[in-house]
This record gives sequence, structure tokens and C-alpha cells, in this order.
Amino acid sequence: MDVVTLSRVQFAVTIGFHWIFPSITIGLAWLIVWIMTRYLRSGERIYRVMARFWIKLFALSFVVGVASGIVMEFQFGTNWSEYSRFVGDIFGVPLTAEVLLAFFLESTFLGVLVFGWRRVSVRAHWFSSLMVAVGATISAFWIIVANSWMQTPAGYHVVNGRAELTSFAAAVFNPSTVPRFLHTIGGTITCGAFFMLGISAWFLLKGRHVEFARRSLTLALIVGLITSLAQFGLGHYHAVQVAATQPEKLAAIEGIFETQRRAPALLFGIPDEDAETMRAAIRVPGALSLLAFGDLEAEVQGLKDFPKDEWPPLALTFYSFHLMVALGAYFVLLTALGVYLLWRRALYDHALFLRVALLSIPLPVIAGELGWITAEVGRQPWIVYHLLKTSDAVSVVVPPGQVLFSLIMFCLIYGLLFVVWIWLLRREMRKGPESPGSASPREVSESA
Amino acid sequence: MTALQTTWFFIIGLLLTAYAILDGFDLGVGFWHLFTKTDRDRRTLLGAIGPVWDGNELWLLTASGAIFAAFPPVYATVFSGLYLALMLVLFGLIFRAVAIEFRGHDPSPRWRSAWDAAFAMGSVVPALLFGVAVGNIVRGLPLDEAGDFAGSFIGLLNPYALVVGLLGLAMFATHGALYVAVKTDGRLAARARRWAQNAWIIYLLLFVVVSAATLATQAQVRANYEAAPALWVLPVCALVAVVMVGVLNRRGDVRKAFVSSALAIAALMGLWGAAIFPNLVPALDRPEWSLTAMNASSSELTLKTMLVLAAVAMPLVIVYTTWVYRTFGGKVELGEDEY
Repeated sequence: MDVVTLSRVQFAVTIGFHWIFPSITIGLAWLIVWIMTRYLRSGERIYRVMARFWIKLFALSFVVGVASGIVMEFQFGTNWSEYSRFVGDIFGVPLTAEVLLAFFLESTFLGVLVFGWRRVSVRAHWFSSLMVAVGATISAFWIIVANSWMQTPAGYHVVNGRAELTSFAAAVFNPSTVPRFLHTIGGTITCGAFFMLGISAWFLLKGRHVEFARRSLTLALIVGLITSLAQFGLGHYHAVQVAATQPEKLAAIEGIFETQRRAPALLFGIPDEDAETMRAAIRVPGALSLLAFGDLEAEVQGLKDFPKDEWPPLALTFYSFHLMVALGAYFVLLTALGVYLLWRRALYDHALFLRVALLSIPLPVIAGELGWITAEVGRQPWIVYHLLKTSDAVSVVVPPGQVLFSLIMFCLIYGLLFVVWIWLLRREMRKGPESPGSASPREVSESA
Repeated sequence: MTALQTTWFFIIGLLLTAYAILDGFDLGVGFWHLFTKTDRDRRTLLGAIGPVWDGNELWLLTASGAIFAAFPPVYATVFSGLYLALMLVLFGLIFRAVAIEFRGHDPSPRWRSAWDAAFAMGSVVPALLFGVAVGNIVRGLPLDEAGDFAGSFIGLLNPYALVVGLLGLAMFATHGALYVAVKTDGRLAARARRWAQNAWIIYLLLFVVVSAATLATQAQVRANYEAAPALWVLPVCALVAVVMVGVLNRRGDVRKAFVSSALAIAALMGLWGAAIFPNLVPALDRPEWSLTAMNASSSELTLKTMLVLAAVAMPLVIVYTTWVYRTFGGKVELGEDEY
């Protein structure tokens, strides 16, 4: 394999693995803030028990995110040095902003959140939980600024063979930043909610720590329903932006070859790139024109309008997107059903629902990964849309053998970390939260 | 050279110095981790860095982000040129991070000793390679006309860079041992003082060796010092600070010894900066191909934007980091929340 392919595979592996952890922890952080707020207001011990347990799982997941995140910060230089030279004037700023404005906040206050139970006041502890969540969210913002600039570059001009900043505000708030940030945050809160939902369901199935599990389950369920519903709105907002700014990506997502009015949305299809057609397609006539442009008669550009060597890889973009949408619909159904059962007072001992909730834990993470595949593969062959090709961005001085070596190492190390992470999560679940009665005198006075 | 370019040369130096001082003691603690035998001592070592190591590591990310933003060609050349070395650093940092968190989740001795080894290796490998990288940059990297790295991995393991690597390792080991001495008491603190004393002898020795080797073999460094003789104050400060580390530790004043160690690190980083200025990456044998603060900088607007960002964010970071250090000040106590 050549160095471009190897570096692309390595980037996909490392970012795909890394994203598992922020996608869970950003959402979980906000759920923990909610629990800490309840604890601060009511002083009820059950909230302390909940907070301690979820913070423990949070810390366990966060550290894998930190460990795999450092790699990302280095990899632009190690594997994509031509890219770094070309975009550094712009791209380095949001990366530094992410560290200075977000990572420090997140990491520093996480130390207090995890170790501060006996050292700081309840209010300072609550504040730390808030700062962790705020830090995690700001970090998502800046990394999405950086990535969105690759999708829809703005606020720059090309001089001396590189992109140079002309307006910081225009680069930060480029056309895709806000829709992509909101869609991503909606996704992460869904991931956090399903994580809490599934694990709480497990406790109820086992009949252990019932009070703890019921409260966690209810919280997660309601948040999960709200964000799964919101994701359709936010996803739509993002799709409208893609239609306006990256027509060939939209065409790949929906498998549109011919430019047409009343363009259909596809419920199903098998892209055939060579024959330039969709097989076994189930079309909803006019739906794409309507959804993307708000007008049945709107013209949607087809792939054939673009040179074939500038088409995104079709099958991966198309399938990823459609699978993501199908999963999104499933999240709404599952959480709506759960809320219905809650209303009918049949939720907490509905074994089938609880089991399905447990098995659904990874699905929002997978949906998020599919969304990122759609976004990043759909941008190809460009690394910076219409400015720089991925094949021209790689580090020319790194021998393929070295990239192959590091790729194999990442696969081994990350495989190991993943297995250990799951094993430790299960261990902590079996150990369970501490029981609300086991307070030391000092803790009682602290919560009083 | 514009004022902004000079400013960013200094800020990056400061960020790397903050990293070396702060994460330096974490790396040093990792170096000594396997020298302790009991689970309790090892938990105490991890407890000493537990709430702060992650924040400390961020100074490295800040520095690398700032190099990317302020001097993109430097980021591109150094990170791609030192590919294998950096990958080894990354593997080390990955293992260090997860080992700290994972170790305490299971009480079995085999589990714990596996992560103990991961923590120690994950600290020692980066601690050594950072110095090797510094040595190579003082010496100059083989670059081509386009500013790309034109050497090999083996070439980076030259004797001069390796000795600088060992100096860095001894420096971090001394610094980490003193941190342990400050954060613990009793038998462990006494042992940590002995560790610091042993490492310090090697630290002092290597400092003298590297200084002599640099003056003897690195003409471009000599030229910098001849051009601005006032710079000689830096090696003098460094020597005094390094010597004081051992003197103060012997006297039993570990807090002052630790501060002296931090100052020594700052002085050594200053020495490094003075040795290469205004180059960021001197080109070996072809000075005209060097990447400098002038020819490798970002646009004025980007440097200005970054300056505003740093001016807004850094004071905030310093305020709450200080608060956390105060909150977790004093000796380590092992409770249910600690590793």
C-alpha cells in the first residue's frame, strides 16, 4: 500500500476509535451536571450515590479519550505535513483554542470532580461538574470549527502557496460550523443518555440498586427522547447547509446521478458507480428537493455535473448516511416507547424493554461514527474542499513501512484498550454504586 | 524579524518550559515507580500526581498547537521528520494515561504489576526521547531545500543527541523524586530524597558533559553566545540552580530543592532557546535552509489572533490550575477516591 492510503487508514482508525469516548463523555457530563444540581438543591443522598457512580464510569471513559486524543493533535504533523504547511495559518488556531479554552478546564476540574469529594464544598464540587461539561462542549466546538473549515473554507486567501487568514470570525463561523456543532452535540447527548439508560436497565434487570437505577433510567430516557427528536431537526438543518455548500456531497449521500427537479429521496438503494445508477431504489419523488431546498420544484445537481475523478466514494457515503438516519428513527421509537411505558407505570419491570435498552448502548455511538463517515468520506477527494486534494496533503518524507508499523501498533494498542475498557465497565457495574446508607459521619455533615 | 515573530518564539519556549517543569515531575514519578515494591507506596506515588497529571500534559498539547498555528512549517517538518520517535512518545503517553486510571480498578497483583510496568515505560520512553529531540534540534536536522527532513531514524540516534536525552532523563528523575519527597512523608519521603540525591549526581555530571560537548562541537551555538555575551548568565544560572538542588536536598529542605529543580529546568530551556535563536529548526550543514522565526512564521493576522487568544486564556488557566494545586496541596492521603 502507498503512504497516502496507509495514512488515511491510520487517521480513520485513530479518529474512529477516539470519537467513541468523547461521544459518550460529553453527553454523560451534562447528565452528571443535572444529578449534581439535584444533589446541591435537595441534599438527598441518592443523588450523591448516582453522581459518584456515573463520575466513576465517566472518568474511566474520559481517560481513554484523553489518551487517544493526544494522537490526533500530533497526527496532522506526522502524517499530513503538506496539509499542515498549507493550512497551518488557519487550522492551528482552533486547535490551540481547544486546548487553552477547553481541555484545561475539562481536565483540571475533572481532577476536582473525581478526587474532591472530601476536599471541596458541595457548591464547589457542583461547579466543577459544570466546568467539566462546559469544557467538553467548548472542546467539541473548536474541533468542529477546525473540521468545518475543511468542509466549507472561509475567511482566507491563498498566497505564497498556502491559505492565510483574512478574517478570524469568518473562518470560525464558516457556513458549516454552527449546523455541524449543534448536530454533533445533539448526537453526543443521545450517546450519553443511551449509555446511562442501558446500564440503569441492567441494574433493574438484575433487581439491584433499584432506587438508583430507576432515577438514572428516567433521567436518561427523557433526555434521550428529547435529543433523539431534536437530532432530526438539527440533522435537517445540517443537510440544508450541505445542499447549499457541497452539492456533490449531497448527490453522493442521496445517490443522485442526473441533475433534476423534483429530486427524490431514497429510502433504499444499491449504488452502482460504474453504471452510474442506483439499483433496487425505493424513491420518494420530490422529497429531496423539498427537504434540501424547501421547494418541490427545486433543482438538485447530480453527480454527472462533476468530473468523475472528483466524486466522493459513493457506496460508503450513501450507506453510512442512510444507516445513520435509520438508527436515528430507531432512537426516537425506543425512547418514545419507554416514555409511554413510564407513563403507564410499566417501565421499571418491563424486561423486554430493559433488555433492548441495554443492547442499544452502542447504537448512538455507531450512528455518530456513520455520520462522521458520511461527512469525511463525502468530502473526498478533497482534504480541504475544492482547495487541496487528500493525495497532495500527505507527509512525503515518511516511509510507508513506518506508517504501516504505527498503524499496526495503533490497532493492537486500541484493541487492547477497548477490551480492557469494556471489561472494567462491566466490573464497575457488577460492583455497583455504594448503598445510600453507608455514609461516614463527615459525609453526612457535608451534605447537610 | 517582527516583534510578533520574536514574541511567539518566546511564548513557545515558555509553553515548553511549563510542560517540562509540570509534566516533568509526573514523568519523573513514573521513572521511580518500579523502584517501590509495595502496593501502598505505588498508590501513594499515583495519588501524588493523580489530580494534576492530565492538566500538566496539556502544556505539551498547547505547545504543539501553538507551533502548528504560529510556525506551521516547523510543525510539519519536525513532526513528520521525527515520525518514529514521536510515535514511540505517543505510545508511551497512551499507556501512561490509561495505566494511571486502570490500575486501581482491580486488586489482583498481576493486573496491578502489568499497569505499573506500563506506567513506568510510558513515562521513561517519552522522558528520554524529549531530550533526544532537543539534542537533535540543537545539532541541526538534516533538511532539504524545501525544508523537509532528509535524514533517517537511525541518524537521530547520534551520540550527542543520546547524551542530551540522558541528561533530560536525569533531570526529570531528579525533579520527580523531589516532588515525591515533597508530597509524602515518613519512609517513602526519605527514600525519595535518596533517589533525588543519586539522580542528581548523574544530572550534574551530564550537565557538565553536555555543556562541554556543545561548546566543543556545536559552532553555531558558540556563535550565538559570542554575538551576545550577556547570554552567559543563562549557563551560570543553570549551573547554580542544578548545584543548589543537591545542596538543598542534602540539607533536607526538599521544598526549596524542588523549586530549585524547577528553576534549573527553566534555565536549561533558556539555554536551549539561546543556543538556537532565531532558528527554530537549524538545518544541519546548510544554515541557509534553516527554519527560522522569520521564514517559518504564520501571517501577522494569525500571530495577532493567537496573541489575543493566549492573553485571554492563559491567565484563566493559571488561576484555576493554581486553585486545584492548592486544593490538593499537602501530603498525599489515600482514601476511597484515590487510585
